[in-house]
Amino acid sequence: METGKANLEVMADTLMALAEHDRDLLVVTSDSRGSGKLVPFANAFPDQVVEVGIAEQNLVGIAAGLASTGKKVFAVSPACFLTARSLEQIKNDVAYSDQPVTVVGISAGVSYGSLGTTHHSLHDYAVMRTINNIDVLAPADNFETAEAIKAAYTLRRPVYVRFGKQAMPHLYGPGATFEVGKANVLSQGADVTFVATGETVPRAVQAAAVLEGEGLSCGVISVHTLKPFDAEAVLDAAENTRALITVEEHSIFGGLGEACASALMQSGVRVPFKIVGLPDDHTVTGSQNEIFTHYGISADGLANTARQLLQVGITA
Amino acid sequence: MSIQELQRKSVEYRKTILKIIHHAHAGHTGGSLSCIDILNVLYNHVMNVSPDTFSDPNHDRYVQSKGHSVEALYTVLADKGFFPVEDLDTMEQYGSHYTGHPTRDIPGIEQNTGALGHGLSVAVGMALAAKMDGRPCRVFTLLGDGELTEGSSWEASMTAAHYKLDNLVVIIDRNKLQITGPTETVVALEPLADKFAAFGYAVQQCDGNDIAALVETFDRVPFEPGKPNLILANTVKGKGISFTENVVAWHHKVPTDDELSRAMAELDRAAAEIEVIA
Repeated sequence: METGKANLEVMADTLMALAEHDRDLLVVTSDSRGSGKLVPFANAFPDQVVEVGIAEQNLVGIAAGLASTGKKVFAVSPACFLTARSLEQIKNDVAYSDQPVTVVGISAGVSYGSLGTTHHSLHDYAVMRTINNIDVLAPADNFETAEAIKAAYTLRRPVYVRFGKQAMPHLYGPGATFEVGKANVLSQGADVTFVATGETVPRAVQAAAVLEGEGLSCGVISVHTLKPFDAEAVLDAAENTRALITVEEHSIFGGLGEACASALMQSGVRVPFKIVGLPDDHTVTGSQNEIFTHYGISADGLANTARQLLQVGITA
Repeated sequence: MSIQELQRKSVEYRKTILKIIHHAHAGHTGGSLSCIDILNVLYNHVMNVSPDTFSDPNHDRYVQSKGHSVEALYTVLADKGFFPVEDLDTMEQYGSHYTGHPTRDIPGIEQNTGALGHGLSVAVGMALAAKMDGRPCRVFTLLGDGELTEGSSWEASMTAAHYKLDNLVVIIDRNKLQITGPTETVVALEPLADKFAAFGYAVQQCDGNDIAALVETFDRVPFEPGKPNLILANTVKGKGISFTENVVAWHHKVPTDDELSRAMAELDRAAAEIEVIA
């Protein structure tokens, strides 16, 4: 997989391109334009940036007020603060009030790595999924990120988008498509399917390659939209593969894994199944990559999980 | 509308507030009675907003941060023709759109509120957008004094001053009581005017239950070019009914049949006094 840019930079580039033709596109930041790679945007469109200082609650409230007048608003701040400190503003001022704000959680998950739990967002899928009237997007690579931002711009409804800050490998070639609420099947396999979201998807692709080398048939699905959730894609995979593994940069509670489990249980589809994410524990100190590896979100870790699960599947 | 006509409206509004709370067996009586004169003057004297102009981008906006006093807002919006007053018979009943806090499901309401400390940031966003677009509209927001301990209100205040939002008018319903007791014993707010001035507002105080004083104060907006406006409206919680005034329990107490009758009689006398003066 050829490495591209950080999804963060793609978000900034995409907003620049959109702002060229739309003076009503606004970016609202909480001393986060540097973290959001938005300095070039601010230099190019100084009248289209609203700085509120380090005040995330105010960030979201102001974004809602701006959006209520027809502005196309992207509220950009680290996901850890945005989806915790200002959760009530997202719930009430944006989602409940149906104000078309795109809430952009940057440096999400464990992107801030060794800065510790204050800077991690491992709860955001869970909390955002339970809030009515907001879509939840977690693009994996540059293509999905650009498409997610463009879709949020077009949708004109409450949307939450989150991604990290490391350079990401390209997952798609020419002709790829992106539709909010529809998972992308990157590959299909009869033995195991990885259902992954956000920046764990490339790890699943790597694990699939390892297992293919061992003669196993592996599939990978990129669930770039956590809500509305594409249960059909998951059920299709479950019915056509011997084991299903979900992968996410999030707590094992309340995220992609439990969304898949819910879909499977309620449809009566039984398949050996494992949720891979961050356990209910103090997160180990390290870089994003080290944390991923520690918790088995790596080519080797995921391949091992698949081998164990398939063993269970065989004996069952 | 003359001062006397506005005063008559306030009496009628108080009657409606008490009737709908009595009918619903729910509501925030004290706060609705303390702020109703402010809403009366806003909607009938100050703001450029009506059912006909609500979709006009230049209409004045109102965000009620103290969402729990929704009965006052419903009463005024019904009188302005946004919906029939009879709709309020369903207030807080099963399946009704008229919930116990404002929502955009109701014609005339700009933003869903109810969690305290939210309205000012939203109003700042609206005022900022108007400045950006060069639209002449103004944005009014009503905060309770008890909600001022929410830190988000002060975050929003810093932003309002930073962006020189002289098209923003923040009104504090300073009735000095909250659900636990006097604001100054819960967590002291004073010196409130000094605090707001220090945060960059042009501050004016007035009697928030005196129609003439409210009209005179609002007519002077903007108080100072380049500064957000703040009106510290000194009010009485439960204003207008002898037995509800300054009684903490009336924060969300519902009048009994007898209390409603007595309140209506008092308001009839108040209406008669306005006619005599006029």
